[in-house]
Amino acid sequence: MIRRVVAVVLLAGLGMVFAGLFVGYSPDAVLNLTADYYARNTAADTGAANIVTAIIVTYRGLDTLGEVTVLFLTAAVVALVLRRDSSRGNPAAADHRPVGELLQTGTRLLVPLIMLAAAYVFINGHLTPGGGFQGGAIAASAVLLMLLTDPMRRFSHRLISRVESTAGVVYVAIGVLGLALAGGFLDNRILPLGAFGELFSAGAIPVIYSLIGLKVGAEFSSMMANLSETEDT
Amino acid sequence: MVYVSLATGFILILIGLYGALTNRNLLRMIVSFSVANTGVHTVLIAVGYLPGRTAPILDAAVPVIEAAERIIDPVPQALVLTAIVIGLGVTALMLAYAYKLFATHGTLDISRFTELKW
Repeated sequence: MIRRVVAVVLLAGLGMVFAGLFVGYSPDAVLNLTADYYARNTAADTGAANIVTAIIVTYRGLDTLGEVTVLFLTAAVVALVLRRDSSRGNPAAADHRPVGELLQTGTRLLVPLIMLAAAYVFINGHLTPGGGFQGGAIAASAVLLMLLTDPMRRFSHRLISRVESTAGVVYVAIGVLGLALAGGFLDNRILPLGAFGELFSAGAIPVIYSLIGLKVGAEFSSMMANLSETEDT
Repeated sequence: MVYVSLATGFILILIGLYGALTNRNLLRMIVSFSVANTGVHTVLIAVGYLPGRTAPILDAAVPVIEAAERIIDPVPQALVLTAIVIGLGVTALMLAYAYKLFATHGTLDISRFTELKW
């Protein structure tokens, strides 16, 4: 009881702070300096139509590399924490109730389509809303659907980690190429910028974002596969 | 419109923190943190919104010349994209630790984990 009262008092204080922020807030009428720079120069600098993508992949590319590293570490730690004791062996798979016909057939139909949508989202990241992280999450949702259909399904961890590490190494290699051939680390102008708004434009951005998509999809899939494999220990 | 999402975000943060402070079950706490996390994202996105403007994507509707007068602030959106991904990683880690704690202690009640209590 006292615990609940203390929590309410604390949150009431925080709520007062929020209320002050809320009452004093008024939306800006013009973009601030940073946003204004991005709005005016993105098209000429990077050739990307989606300014958010240009910021993530090019202007703040190093931060994104760090972000992908954090995600990689998370996937690695999840795998480490949930590592199964090999001594326990594989338990019987029979105690799962079979899933419905609808889910099974639906999965067979939907998984390739979801993968296609994921590829579309991350290849078009520089033109439309979306990109590597979103596409990777969509690809992982296909893996989740397969796990829902058959909780005992085992994915090849070797394949997942190969995809993940290859994408990561090529991503860093492209970054270093930018250092050698263009203006700096992860500069996208190592490839021609192309015609604005075309699929093959914006230099290396589609390549980098596709690699990020593969990497993120592989990391999410490995996390889910690891979490799912705990069920049977 | 911006005030609605701003208020929603603040309320979600408060709901999430209340849940995290009052629940003793680890899984409920993880869900509460996810709710608070969503609230922070909503607030950030709301702060980047400018009335009467459109998404920061240049196409036929938003030519490059007019971009600075027509688009909303793209920086909070990029930040939130990062925050969502990191939030997912944090959630996955919390779930993994919760599983491990359940496997070793046989309970998810946080008041039963007394090893670090003094």
